[in-house]
Amino acid sequence: MRIDDTDRRLLAAIEDGLPLAPRPYAAVAQRLGLGEADVLTRLRRLRADGIVSRFGVIVRHHELGYRANAMAVWDLPDGQVDDVGRRLAGHDFVTLCYRRPRRLPLWPYNLFCMVHGRDRDTVREQIARLNAEHGLDTHPHDVLFSRRRFKQRGARYSMRGAA
Amino acid sequence: MERDQVERRLLNDYQRDFPLEPRPYAHIADELGLREDDVLAMLADLQTGGTVSRIGAVIRPNTVGASTLAAMAVPEERLEAVAALVSARPEVIHNYEREHTLNLWFVVAAPDQAVVQATLESIAAETGLPVVNLPLQTAYHIDLGFDLSCA
Repeated sequence: MRIDDTDRRLLAAIEDGLPLAPRPYAAVAQRLGLGEADVLTRLRRLRADGIVSRFGVIVRHHELGYRANAMAVWDLPDGQVDDVGRRLAGHDFVTLCYRRPRRLPLWPYNLFCMVHGRDRDTVREQIARLNAEHGLDTHPHDVLFSRRRFKQRGARYSMRGAA
Repeated sequence: MERDQVERRLLNDYQRDFPLEPRPYAHIADELGLREDDVLAMLADLQTGGTVSRIGAVIRPNTVGASTLAAMAVPEERLEAVAALVSARPEVIHNYEREHTLNLWFVVAAPDQAVVQATLESIAAETGLPVVNLPLQTAYHIDLGFDLSCA
């Protein structure tokens, strides 16, 4: 996977979204002093290489009616996390699945899954299914529902965003 | 097609591989039996209404820039104020209240690790509260979008 400075400038230029205009890539290209074809070639390559894991419409779950959002967490023995993580990621209602470090004593969990659903009961059932199907009930676990969303937007990795 | 159905396809079918060609909205319009102007207007409405955050690139973690998930245990009476202080940082992209002793959870994204670290330290210093840093170690599921037919 290769990425150069022009790729970085291009990704920074679309952080706030692709313009809603008939020739959006030409508009982005013009801002960067590049050609439209160059912009398209670069985006195709970044997408094909997987640096861009997806490119397209980014929706907000809450506004779509998926009001319940839970972070399900488990404390698994270090040697089992990868195997279980890969299996949990295979469920279509698991939108993200990550390993992160424990921070004892405040935080004992090392496997994280995000589950979105229309209501809390649905989400609870889905998480119960994960526990049952993968034999996770005996491991310490918890479910953290979100209560309020204070902020949600796309990442800004460019210096402009971080200023 | 009904407007609802068209809108659903617009939201569902173009999350992963938005057309990478000079006139992407015209391409989508062809597929949905609309005009380019209709697609642009619908997307503008969805963006204004908040259903669509943007049309953009989701970047695989740790390939460009740096990010982390952080959590804080904030006394209930300070939660609003601390959440506002955290949200005000441009590096903070998500910020949620969750039901746990660690009740404030946020994602920090920045050009490099040093800025991420400095952001966490500055939030800890300004609030006088510890910030628990939980950086990603392994991603088992990359963001492939959200299937509207599930959940």
